[in-house]
Amino acid sequence: MQNIDKIIDKWNADPDYVIEMMQDIQDELRHTPREALEQITKRTKVPLARLYHIATFYKSFSLTPQGIHKIQVCTGTACHVKGAPNILDAFARELEIKIGETTEDGKYTLDEVRCLGCCSLAPVVMINDDVYGNLTTKKIKSLLEKYK
Amino acid sequence: MNKIKVGLASCGIAAGAKQIQEYIQNEIKDKKLNIALEKTGCIGMCYNEPLVEVFSDSGQWLYGNVTEEKAEKIIEHHAQNDTPIKEWLVKAKDVETDDDSYFAKQLKIASRNCGIIDPTKIDDYISTGGYESLKKAFKTPPQDIINEIMKSGIRGRGGGGFPTGVKWESAVIAAKKKGEKPIIVCNADEGDPGAFMDRNLMESDPHTVLEGLIIGAYAIGAEEGYIYIRREYPLALKRIESAVKQAQEKGFLGQNILGSDFKLEIKIHRGAGAFVCGESTALMASMSGRAGEPKAKYVHNVEVGYREKPTVLNNVETFANIPVILEKSAKWFAEIGSGDVSENPWGGSSGTKVFSLVGNLERTGLIEVPMGITLREIVYDIGGGIPKGRKFKAIQTGGPSGGCLPESHLDLEVDFDSLTKAGSMMGSGGMIVMDDKTCMVDVAKYFITFLKGESCGKCTPCREGLIVLDEILTRITKGKGKEGDIELMDNICETMKIASLCELGKSASNPVLSTIKYFIDEYVAHIKDRKCPAGVCKELIKYKVNDNCTGCTICAKNCPVDAISGKPKEMHFIDQEKCTKCDICNEVCNFDAITVE
Repeated sequence: MQNIDKIIDKWNADPDYVIEMMQDIQDELRHTPREALEQITKRTKVPLARLYHIATFYKSFSLTPQGIHKIQVCTGTACHVKGAPNILDAFARELEIKIGETTEDGKYTLDEVRCLGCCSLAPVVMINDDVYGNLTTKKIKSLLEKYK
Repeated sequence: MNKIKVGLASCGIAAGAKQIQEYIQNEIKDKKLNIALEKTGCIGMCYNEPLVEVFSDSGQWLYGNVTEEKAEKIIEHHAQNDTPIKEWLVKAKDVETDDDSYFAKQLKIASRNCGIIDPTKIDDYISTGGYESLKKAFKTPPQDIINEIMKSGIRGRGGGGFPTGVKWESAVIAAKKKGEKPIIVCNADEGDPGAFMDRNLMESDPHTVLEGLIIGAYAIGAEEGYIYIRREYPLALKRIESAVKQAQEKGFLGQNILGSDFKLEIKIHRGAGAFVCGESTALMASMSGRAGEPKAKYVHNVEVGYREKPTVLNNVETFANIPVILEKSAKWFAEIGSGDVSENPWGGSSGTKVFSLVGNLERTGLIEVPMGITLREIVYDIGGGIPKGRKFKAIQTGGPSGGCLPESHLDLEVDFDSLTKAGSMMGSGGMIVMDDKTCMVDVAKYFITFLKGESCGKCTPCREGLIVLDEILTRITKGKGKEGDIELMDNICETMKIASLCELGKSASNPVLSTIKYFIDEYVAHIKDRKCPAGVCKELIKYKVNDNCTGCTICAKNCPVDAISGKPKEMHFIDQEKCTKCDICNEVCNFDAITVE
């Protein structure tokens, strides 16, 4: 819980910044566990129900742990037109999981994201913080090799 | 050769610019060359990324699609006898290139420094005349600045098209009445899929956005400023954060700005992934640590906004225009664009607009063009037309709640009012070109699925309307559409338009309405003939091997479900029972031997 307190301190326990605190927690723990939310409630007096509302409203948060490598296939308009659905299917096939799921070994989470703003290189995928453009289904296997 | 610049905005990096930069760095070190290596943002030529620019005694040379091998040759040529490699050039002063037509009809105001200066250095921005407008502003009475902005006719670049000057003035009046200091907020929550103008402005020239914001704050008398950036843009966030720090160090932010008694503090909020947070009241709810649910708009933000105070919310691109308007005068700005804004800003659309031109085009990227340019000029003269000999089908503007316009509308002039009249809208500036392999019913379904997921769920027409539209569109794309479906959708759309709470809900039906209006044949083909003419909707298509097949076996080897059989050098066959229509066979085939029907 020490880390959680540190994060809350960083934002001066300001109730306006609970979303920021939760983003930091999500980054640190790869999810926003109930205990962390309770700690925020204790320190900021923001009701737990509101934090839960936030955690389920915004796409950045997840209540269960995410994989070490986060694969976000862009399904923005340009990517969609240029074949993103097939790319998404190919990742799902390769990892043997569905969209939104995490592999059993906890290594990969597969998600879609609406537009990474690299539309001219569509279709695009972001793995952790790296963006790869001009994807084809053929490239996916070798791409995943980089993230073992 | 004394300088090399590498374009390092997100799209450049995605195309491999970082590796190129590292390679050049090592080359310089290994060969002990006397060359400065610098970074810059994106000039908008995304289709030619990675871009490398050489500055030498003989001139300025921009190379596109640079690989390590090309980089090596480029350095060699310039280092030895300073000659450019003409066939790789994409832009140079005295050499004609095929890409010159990409820039010919562009006019850069907001993005004037993008891809030219180093966005991480404030001195680079200052050396191009940056922060001069701020100094000029501080010698001008605030009301005169507002008048100047009003006269320029500039309207909000985030999509609403509300005159910026009017907004500023209203906030000043409300603040005076309430005896409070107003607040200024920069909306950098660019959520429209297919739009990335604001990302690039923040990544490639963050100081121009800041300068505009500070001028705005001074004009309305705000001492608190906020920037709300979406989390999906990590690099933009980093560059803005560092720009704020640098501006503070230089005395453009903080206490006693430029020696005056004016003070301004800027704080940054990260969006947590919600499209609706681009809507003004939702954005302010999010900034207050709540879920981003919009409020009814009978009370305006300029009166009761963030923390109940009068609040001005402007888009990134709007702010980026402000320093130039003050530098070159409102009159100069008002003369660019379409319509006549001399009487009032609603009379036309002045200035330029940055668009992200993407989709099925030869040349994709970021363009800045004068308002009033036609769609045809954008698609063909700048974008270079449709690749692979395919035909133009539609251009989608205005983000998910915009509309799709057909070929018959290509001569439409692009400005706030004419796009709305045609059933689409300006939006924040995404333009997605679709060729004849795009299914318009699938596109409508795509947008509705997107909006369904992004609807905040507060008001019924938007929440329920989108769910039902999605259901109907899904069954149509599966070949299970019923007679009367089109009329039913029309009806639902009408209700959503009238009864939704915020603009997002009111405009959410646009993708359906515009595709029904212009592409009704495709709906009919799906519903009556159970066919997808464009060959997209998986339930309605079949993959077959045609006579072109040479029996090279590559498709069979790559098929993930072993649905393709055949002996080497003999025609292959696809088992329809097993085929998942993943399109891999089509992608790997070198002989055009896969037919989708």
